[in-house]
Amino acid sequence: MPRRSHHGEDTHLPNFIEMSGISKHFGGVTALADVDLTIAAGEVHCLAGENGSGKSTLIKIISGVQPPDAGGEIVIDGTRQTHLTPSESTRLGIQVIYQDLALFPDLTVAENIGFAQHLSGLHGARWAKLRETAQAVIARLGVQLDPAARLGDLSIAQRQLVAICRALAADARLVIMDEPTASLTRTEVDTLLGITRELKRRGIAVVFVSHRLDEVLEIAERVTVLRDGRKLGTWDAQEMTPARLGTLMTGHEFDYKIAVPDLAAAPVVLSVSNLSRTGDFEDVSLEIRAGEILGLIGLLGSGRTELALSLFGMRPAESGEIRLNGKPVLLRSNRAAIDEGIAYVSEDRLSLGLVLEQPIASNIILSTLDRLTGAGGLLSRERTGASVGHWIEQLGIKVSDPENAVRTLSGGNQQRVVIAKWLATNPRVLILDSPTVGVDINAKDGIYAIVKSLAAAGMAVLMISDEIPEVLYHSHRILVMQSGRLKAEYHPMQITESALREAIDA
Amino acid sequence: MPEFLKRGLHSHEGKLLLVVLALIVFLSVATPSFFTLQNLVDLLTSYAFSGMLAAGLLVVLISGGIDISFTASASVAQYVAMTVANAYHIGWLGVIGICGGVGIACGLLNALLIGTLGLSSIIVTIATLNVFFGLLMFATHGNEIFSLPDWFVNGASWVVYTDKNETPYAFNLQMLGLISAFVLTAIILTRTNIGRQIYALGSNKDAAQRVGIKVFRINLLVYGYMGFVAGMASLIQAQDAQSVSPNALVGRELDVLAAVVLGGASLTGGVGTVSGTILGVMLLACLENGLLLLGVPSYWSQCFTGAVILIAVSALAIERQRHRAAARRVMA
Amino acid sequence: MTSNTPPRPAASTARFRPSPVLARLSVLFVALLILFALLLGERLFNATAIRSMAFQLPELGVLSLAMMIPLLSGGLDLSIIATANLSALAAAYIFTHFGTGGGTGAVVWHIVALVAAFGVAGAIGLLNGMVIAYLGVSPILATLGTMTFVKGVAVGLTHGGVISGFPSFMVFIGNGSLLHVPVVLIVFVLVAIPVGVMLARSPFGQKVAMLGSNEQAVRYSGIDTRRVLVRVYLLSALLSAVAGLLMMARFNSANAAYGESYLLITILAAVLGGVDPAGGFGRVSGLVLSLIVLQLVSTAANLLNISQFLSLALWGAVLLGVAGVGRVWASLRPMLKRR
Repeated sequence: MPRRSHHGEDTHLPNFIEMSGISKHFGGVTALADVDLTIAAGEVHCLAGENGSGKSTLIKIISGVQPPDAGGEIVIDGTRQTHLTPSESTRLGIQVIYQDLALFPDLTVAENIGFAQHLSGLHGARWAKLRETAQAVIARLGVQLDPAARLGDLSIAQRQLVAICRALAADARLVIMDEPTASLTRTEVDTLLGITRELKRRGIAVVFVSHRLDEVLEIAERVTVLRDGRKLGTWDAQEMTPARLGTLMTGHEFDYKIAVPDLAAAPVVLSVSNLSRTGDFEDVSLEIRAGEILGLIGLLGSGRTELALSLFGMRPAESGEIRLNGKPVLLRSNRAAIDEGIAYVSEDRLSLGLVLEQPIASNIILSTLDRLTGAGGLLSRERTGASVGHWIEQLGIKVSDPENAVRTLSGGNQQRVVIAKWLATNPRVLILDSPTVGVDINAKDGIYAIVKSLAAAGMAVLMISDEIPEVLYHSHRILVMQSGRLKAEYHPMQITESALREAIDA
Repeated sequence: MPEFLKRGLHSHEGKLLLVVLALIVFLSVATPSFFTLQNLVDLLTSYAFSGMLAAGLLVVLISGGIDISFTASASVAQYVAMTVANAYHIGWLGVIGICGGVGIACGLLNALLIGTLGLSSIIVTIATLNVFFGLLMFATHGNEIFSLPDWFVNGASWVVYTDKNETPYAFNLQMLGLISAFVLTAIILTRTNIGRQIYALGSNKDAAQRVGIKVFRINLLVYGYMGFVAGMASLIQAQDAQSVSPNALVGRELDVLAAVVLGGASLTGGVGTVSGTILGVMLLACLENGLLLLGVPSYWSQCFTGAVILIAVSALAIERQRHRAAARRVMA
Repeated sequence: MTSNTPPRPAASTARFRPSPVLARLSVLFVALLILFALLLGERLFNATAIRSMAFQLPELGVLSLAMMIPLLSGGLDLSIIATANLSALAAAYIFTHFGTGGGTGAVVWHIVALVAAFGVAGAIGLLNGMVIAYLGVSPILATLGTMTFVKGVAVGLTHGGVISGFPSFMVFIGNGSLLHVPVVLIVFVLVAIPVGVMLARSPFGQKVAMLGSNEQAVRYSGIDTRRVLVRVYLLSALLSAVAGLLMMARFNSANAAYGESYLLITILAAVLGGVDPAGGFGRVSGLVLSLIVLQLVSTAANLLNISQFLSLALWGAVLLGVAGVGRVWASLRPMLKRR
């Protein structure tokens, strides 16, 4: 498979950052233990690790937000640093771009780019200088951005470019990007790659923090893996595979062998014919049998979530037919879809799947409130309690008190709460959209096990994802979607990861 | 059509301008007494108070907060200033200083409470409204101050123009206050860094903190400014009414809020302009004035104003929905 | 995230948990009782004073309930007073122009009057609900518009005047007692209990609270949030009508501007009672306790010959003070735990 290779290693560039013996303890918890890290000027480096591996703490130490424990040494640009503060770190050229970008949607691109330089402090606004700075940086990076445009009107990819411009305007020597590709389409990822090369050309080092293993390896020159606060090692990206990386990050070998049951005799539960919706998808036809896990893979922008929302009644299709157990259904609202037995686990768990501030129990019964009533039309404590208890047990949700806010749970447990909510509606078809986003690798397996047992019990499952291993190892059949159309169908036992990746990227 | 003009017409202010112009044209045609110099001068004078308050409230809204207590601050400021002015000869500087000072103090108190209590600004300012107003009414027993110092009442006005009927038209204190408030607010918002920081704060509070904006200090400035403007507004109102009544001003907060929001300011912050606010005030002012001149009984005017507000905010919302749907289509 | 053993069914955790809000308010209540007992002694704790409190509380109480429901949904209803007044005026008009002769004909007209009041309120509530839920206007702005419009209609129709002179049963409701309990208080209790039960224990109440915290997630969970919101504002308006009728019964007159100073107080009472102004949390029990505290302060101030305006200031101070104490307590707790 053609890898995007980096043109040789610049072996003699000086190290921009050298960290040795970095440790950090919070009370009794060890966040980092004796970590070494070197980043050369202009290097593209990836920091890989699960939640709790210490990578966020390491970033905070580099950016001066947290001090390391005594005994560690940080050398930046040849100078030993003691008492690194955020402003000092910024002065040295370290810029962090967090996942939420931290930009101002109501200000213009130029204002966002030049804010720290020209708009802080107490004096008159220097509009001309601001525009100059912004235009200069935009030109240097070679991107297409209108300095006078309102930031909120831009797409996420464009906003990310603005964030990078802002880092550049601050004379960055090292740009740390946290999960930069999470919301980007394939083309946008390519643009980002180009930008990274441009930064590299200017001697600016880039550190990616990402969990998207295959993209990580595409972009980085070297990968450092952290686990439980310790550094396992640093490898050249070319020597690494996603599988090996995953094993290193978690310390487990995962049995990626799926047994595809013989489903020829199973009844077709969901049948979609020539479904179309202008601007979203076109002429989609598929079938899911009882007990089948159908994987649907496509990058952002392929129309996969739009298709799911159509099946869920929230963005009804304009033409085509949907049949459930042979009977044609009209799905004009999600309530209609739920009543017909279709459930949708959204990819945006935190905003659309859960009401974070409210109790776990309330979240679990949210979609079935009208079925849990007792005397006088009021909610029956027995019935709600029984439902909550049943699902907590059934799905193995680790809770100390169901009245706690669901916000207090880990990502994996939160996702189980969402699944519980939907299973309570007694669906025949379960649509899962990127079900393990934001879930630790260890917890992912738990989710997959739940999905498999649901299928074994006769549920028809549509699993939508943009992660190849997810569909390759955990579904019975794979459909590839691109630009609103179904492109191809594969059997997971008859295709390799790399071939599948090619099929998607093509 | 030139680009900036096209962009202008699509903006909220542009549309509002068209509506206001249409209203003015309609009224000028429908009643001869609207578009007269006398009427316009009277209009400016009588809406100066609300206008100034709108300028101050705009800044608060842009920062992402809200202030409901300014009418109470204004009442306290003017009462204190006039009481002192009646007792001692303090002159213009004195009353300006007291009004400004009291207003700023009230504003700073708001900022302090908002910053430390963890309550939202609407709740805090509802509480301080009651505290300021309650204390004022308690201390004054509701008594009006009927007689104000002569030098104050005879005020400041400069005859600018005399028409053929020998009627003088003066540029008075109220107009001075109104214009100053808008000009000062515009300068702060568009020409100073602090102004951009206020927009930034309202746009994304987390990001603002990360860039190093000191939220507490900005709040002190924003609410302090609102208090200052309220104090100045109370001064010109007292001069116009030629008396001070402690319960005359409280109750008008929501009218000012309506004007600012009609002018395009968002309740969530980060959005709003002085020109929009001016248009919002003008819209409501011309509407009320027009109804009066058209002979509509005064007890029906609030009904019209309410209907206009409802229609305007609904139109705004529909527009925003359409805009968001279009943007989604572009990005998909 | 601790044990692996399956927990007992959630029913057992639904046992009564004293909420921190109720605890705080109870402490405040007791503290104030002691304070006023020392200052006023018998003058406060006699039948007359208690009865006067019992007569005054219900108006503010029903209005606060009307404000609480939209607050729970993450919104606000600024039009409750205007709705109360216009509904009252509708009833007042019919009372004074029809069925004044007495007899069964009169009774029919009286019923029509009450129906008219609720009809007017219902229309206003629907208007609010539609504009907020279907047009997406922010609740503050929508209800600001409605408030101005409704008051405008009321002023326009009455020329700012007062309508008075209602049938005796209304006067009785406003000023009479059953078994020494003021009828208005009975009405309040008869309204507060169902509302409280509905909010805490019905599917609708759950939906309102959940959507107050995250409207989108609730929509994605299959609930028609727009219909829920319309019902929220409809309920708020109907409760306002009840408040309007109570006021008109007490004063034996109706006017476009009664009770305007109550508007912001209802928000204050709700927040003091533990309603989260951002939505999602709050119980009627907390609200009732908060109302009792506020009423106690007001009556005590009255008896101490402190102007009623000072009690306004005191109410504001109480809210700020409670929040302040809460803050101090929250920052002290970790220190206490370490000990």
